[in-house]
Amino acid sequence: MTLDGRIWGRLALYGVAWATLGFILLPLIFVTWLAFFAQEIPSFPPEGYSLKWFGAIAANRNFVTGFSTSLQVAVAATAIGLLIAVPASLILARRQFTGSAAVNQFLLLPLVVPGVVMGTSIYVFQIETEIATGLPILGSLGGLVAGHTLLVIPWTVRLVTASLAGLDRAAEEAAQSLGANQWTTFFRVTLPAIRPGVVAGALFGFVTSFGNLEMSLFLVGPGRITLPIAILQYLEWKIDPTVAAVSVLQILVIAVAMVITDRYVKLARVV
Amino acid sequence: MASLSLDGLTKRYGDHPVVRSVTLDVQDGEFLVLLGPSGCGKTTTLRMIAGFVPPSGGSIRIGEADVTSLPPWKRNAGLVFQSYALFPHMTVAENVAFGLEMRKVPKAEIGPRVTEALRLVRLDGFGERYPRQLSGGQQQRVALARALVIRPDVLLLDEPLSNLDAKLRLEVRLEIRALQQQLGLTTVMVTHDQEEALTMADRLVVMSDGAVRQVGTQSDLYERPADLFVADFVGRSTMISGAVTGPGAFRSDGGLTLSCPAAAEAGPATVALRPERLTLGAAAQGLDNHAAGTVTFVSYLGALLDVHVRLNAADHVVVQIPNRSDGHVPAVGDTIEVGWPASACLVFPREAA
Repeated sequence: MTLDGRIWGRLALYGVAWATLGFILLPLIFVTWLAFFAQEIPSFPPEGYSLKWFGAIAANRNFVTGFSTSLQVAVAATAIGLLIAVPASLILARRQFTGSAAVNQFLLLPLVVPGVVMGTSIYVFQIETEIATGLPILGSLGGLVAGHTLLVIPWTVRLVTASLAGLDRAAEEAAQSLGANQWTTFFRVTLPAIRPGVVAGALFGFVTSFGNLEMSLFLVGPGRITLPIAILQYLEWKIDPTVAAVSVLQILVIAVAMVITDRYVKLARVV
Repeated sequence: MASLSLDGLTKRYGDHPVVRSVTLDVQDGEFLVLLGPSGCGKTTTLRMIAGFVPPSGGSIRIGEADVTSLPPWKRNAGLVFQSYALFPHMTVAENVAFGLEMRKVPKAEIGPRVTEALRLVRLDGFGERYPRQLSGGQQQRVALARALVIRPDVLLLDEPLSNLDAKLRLEVRLEIRALQQQLGLTTVMVTHDQEEALTMADRLVVMSDGAVRQVGTQSDLYERPADLFVADFVGRSTMISGAVTGPGAFRSDGGLTLSCPAAAEAGPATVALRPERLTLGAAAQGLDNHAAGTVTFVSYLGALLDVHVRLNAADHVVVQIPNRSDGHVPAVGDTIEVGWPASACLVFPREAA
């Protein structure tokens, strides 16, 4: 290739890269910008800047309880998801049994099934269970967490399995020969070695759960509301920069989670 | 340190035997090497001793204790792996201290013992580094220190040198051997590298197909191999097939009549010849066996030359001669006399196939 051709090739590469980056960042930038507009109707150019919309969030009960519910659900679902995914990954990564590949695919399935379909089926399942057992499941916090756990599991299984593949089994055997039983070996050697996968899986699970709308719509009960639902309901009858401000808040929560995670585990190395 | 004995140790996977009734006694302070081609069962045997593979039959005793059914963490065996298997998230000192912590050794005692173990493997001052900051040879020595610091009853080495480059391997070989003798460690090492086995061992065990073929010292294996497999696997041999026709007489498939030790029984047999026991040229004439042949190949090994000589359509031999600049170097195509004494013939009855 000629030098000239190489320069054009490089320019094309940079062009595509920057265009893609812009495509990803532009909505974030505009939402953030909008959140500081002074006027009520979002129109360009801005008539001035204000922080009042952030104040409006605090005054709106739906946003406040929605934020709190979303946070609780995401934390609980992530914790339960990890408790299921880590042991499952250990077995899947180490034992070849009849149907182990099928189980692996099965655990990743929630990524494939559309959220609305999952929401509907869990909704029906919870109704039927409630009728059969008489337990108050549908609309309870527990019911919501159970649904969200399914969103967390594929991420944690995928990332933990990947980090287990890079683990030298001999290190675990070395620990055992040095006097550590299975439990000590797991907590002192295996877990620290797969920690990047566990942390990254937890982060992605958390983010997925925190931002989920479709499934939550089916599972929330009267008076219980998640942040994405609160945003949707607000938008149904009003468009003002409050929604943008809430979105900025949501983005901030996720960004903070990522920054904290990155301090312990270099995300770029895992994902 | 303690002795180690295996009695009828067997491992089967389904119907497939991997280790067939291995019985061995390792003396206190002895360095025993399990040698054999890959898949011969040597590693499985070592893993049974360590406790990672439950035996299908037989027993393992360390000292006076029967450990056959004990889990690995109750066996007090120090293990060094081919991959070193250091804990990547711990410093060198933490790696070495791990076994002591598991044994609930008081904190005040752990520090000095770790320092001592690192000094032993010449890694003083490396305690605060992480394994990834060390070279392969240094990691290997950390693995050794970690296995030694717990004062194991037996030291088990699983192909410990295979991941090192050739030059380092020679050094570490001698280091491990010196340390083993200095500390009087009862040691079992697994390797497929016979040179490594020959330089390090007190005694060697040759295994193939899950069974022990021969146990003995270096010279036992080399000079008095128990069977054709050992003769072929330990050192090099050229084989001449034929039959023993009478006391001390062997007739090859190619028609050569050879004198061999009288003990061999009549019947189909193979004669194994060590290349260095053969002589070329005029000196060959006076020996018990001699024949003329054609040089087919000469390989130059530096200090030595390997001369391949075809004696007839069926038989050919390899002769190893010193590479002396004043001597005559045979050329391919030369006709040359080859000779060897009757005692050089190792005769093995042909196993019924």
